[in-house]
Amino acid sequence: MDFGPHLLLAILEGAVGAAVLALTALGLSLVFGVMRVVNVAHGEFFMVGAVVAWFVADTVAGHPALGFTAALIIAPVVAGLIAVLVDKLVLKQVEYDPEATIVGTIGVLYILQQTALMTYGPEPRPVEAPFSTRIPLPWFEWGENGFAMFYPWGLSITSYKLFVICAAAAVLVAFWLIMSRTRYGLIMRATQLDRETALAFGIPVSRVYSIVFGIGAGLAALAAVLIVPIQQAYYLMGAEPLLLSFIVVIIGGLGSVRGTVVAALLIGMSDGIISVFLSPTLSKIIATLLVALVLVFRPQGLFGTKAA
Amino acid sequence: MTKTSMTTRRTLLKSAAAGGLLAASPLMGRFASAQSSAPIKIGFQQHSTGIGAAYGRWYGRTTEAAVKLINDGGGINGRPVEIVAEDDGTDPKRGAEVVEKFANQHNCDVAFGTLFSHVVYGSAPAAGEQKLPYFVVSEGHHVASGALNRYTLQPGITDVKSQVQAMAPYVAENLGKKVTMIFPDFAFGHDHRDFFTAAIEAQGGEVLEHIAIPPTETSFTKYFPKIPRDTEVIYHVMVGPAVLTFVKELGEFFGPSAPAIFGFIDSLEAVDMASPGLEFLEGTYFWEGNPRYAQADQTSHDKMFRAAVGVDDNGASLSDSKDVSTYAHMFGCWETLHVIKAGMEAAGYQGPEDRAKLIEAVEAMTDMPESDAHPQGPKLFNGKTHQVFGVQYISRVEKGKLVKVHTTSIEDTLYEDEVDYTTMSF
Repeated sequence: MDFGPHLLLAILEGAVGAAVLALTALGLSLVFGVMRVVNVAHGEFFMVGAVVAWFVADTVAGHPALGFTAALIIAPVVAGLIAVLVDKLVLKQVEYDPEATIVGTIGVLYILQQTALMTYGPEPRPVEAPFSTRIPLPWFEWGENGFAMFYPWGLSITSYKLFVICAAAAVLVAFWLIMSRTRYGLIMRATQLDRETALAFGIPVSRVYSIVFGIGAGLAALAAVLIVPIQQAYYLMGAEPLLLSFIVVIIGGLGSVRGTVVAALLIGMSDGIISVFLSPTLSKIIATLLVALVLVFRPQGLFGTKAA
Repeated sequence: MTKTSMTTRRTLLKSAAAGGLLAASPLMGRFASAQSSAPIKIGFQQHSTGIGAAYGRWYGRTTEAAVKLINDGGGINGRPVEIVAEDDGTDPKRGAEVVEKFANQHNCDVAFGTLFSHVVYGSAPAAGEQKLPYFVVSEGHHVASGALNRYTLQPGITDVKSQVQAMAPYVAENLGKKVTMIFPDFAFGHDHRDFFTAAIEAQGGEVLEHIAIPPTETSFTKYFPKIPRDTEVIYHVMVGPAVLTFVKELGEFFGPSAPAIFGFIDSLEAVDMASPGLEFLEGTYFWEGNPRYAQADQTSHDKMFRAAVGVDDNGASLSDSKDVSTYAHMFGCWETLHVIKAGMEAAGYQGPEDRAKLIEAVEAMTDMPESDAHPQGPKLFNGKTHQVFGVQYISRVEKGKLVKVHTTSIEDTLYEDEVDYTTMSF
């Protein structure tokens, strides 16, 4: 394939990855920003979202779009409720102590993973996409006859992949509006800034924590529902999004929405492009190197603010 | 502190009752003629979890069915067979631990059943150290290449080298000579890369590009632009949890203008051919170790094997038509267990002290005619390389089903010996 169309294809594939990664990382970043909890089980909430999506899509009869739409609503809610339960049963009990919550969420990771293995089983299962039409993409070139348009071999995307990119962008915008324009956003930001003062002003911090942890898990589950018609629901699928989310959140700055989105684009795109033109291993090496550089030269992340 | 066991009236009564039950059971009568009627224990290294889970499930069902048939026929040397299954998580390190457990904790007579080549590589040295006969059902060329040891044998399934060698003439004659290969980036995929490249060159063809994909990859479209434009045939083989994504994205990439496609069924093993997104496979070709769909010329042996394992004419479970089997591989468990039976009977196997005799008895085997014990087809065992050879099948997708279009001969699959395990000491 020529360089131009090849690059366009790599960018499109990278964009799908980046879109899903941005949603997942946003959940992790939100939880850390507001609660100062490093949620090691975040990838498992992603997996729970995918597995629940399969159960819902398998139960709902009729057109695949029905099952998918139902999954889009039910899966994040289920993951969110599990997270609220984890907050009440685990995190609150250890009083959100940073070290104890890491160990606690590692335990949650194994409980969720093994429960999925015992109930859902060890094999990957597909969820049918609500729509998936192949869209061939044109390419333009200055040839002997001047400006010409043609369809290069293999240059295409599916309508569903475009939908994933748009849906993720829409959720990100909605999330940003809620955080910056609504009362709920204000409460969350207040809790993030200063827990004690927020408490003094009558903000029910404990309830805010539960809700934030639930939303964080819900975002991961939502990302998983979006990706599951492309990949498959699988009980070990949580490891990669967890690792990538941590990379994104460290580069972007913990707790910064803007930083998370920019870093997700950076990592998702570079993963798409570097692994296409060079090698998949190299793209992982570069991402990890980037984390190291950020930690050395700008520990608060690209867009993070220095901790008080 | 040591724990002493005391015999009370209650435990005495319990064991008496148990003994009575055992004596009254039909099992006792059937196996009574043996010198020892203790069961022969076969350690089954099963990929119950991890990336090989679909294979593990079906290897389990096939093993169960084969053992039932063997026990119904009087067991081995008059003794019943007992399967001790342990999950290895499709992980080489865990695999080695499982093999040690079979030898030391469960006191198994032999170990059997491993599929994934990296697990075989990880476990075989442990089998050698424990002097435990280790019958793998793996397809990898590792046994015949001489990389393993005298305790490791593969008598129930053919290896990749012989499979791809037998495919190359058909591909070159019927599909095209300029091939692009897509394969997983580990031992099994490298066997495909090395042996198919050599085999197609021997047919006057060439491989334009080798595309290696990490087995943990979940997104594939980004690899496909490397396929050269003048490719006549795509040769694909993929394993792992994302195989369906791989094949779907391959179809999406080409759209209506695809070259000829030849795949190893591994890319779609345990996957329903009717899955959405696979329509483009119509008219493409697959290697099959054993035809998934019951063919027009189905043998009575295949019919019997299908019924025993619980597989319908479409290769899916009788109880759930969405639960598709790993039909191209799992016959290997059935045939291996029958080879173990034949070997133990030839060696007059009594217990672990006869393990070397068992290996020598299997090494002495040659022809294995097509039968209920060998439902996939006739086989030829090479005692020197510990590897079996057999016929291979090529199927074409027609109306969403795999229809057999070519059967190779055993001679097509033979190659020169690379090792003589019989010269190694026990």
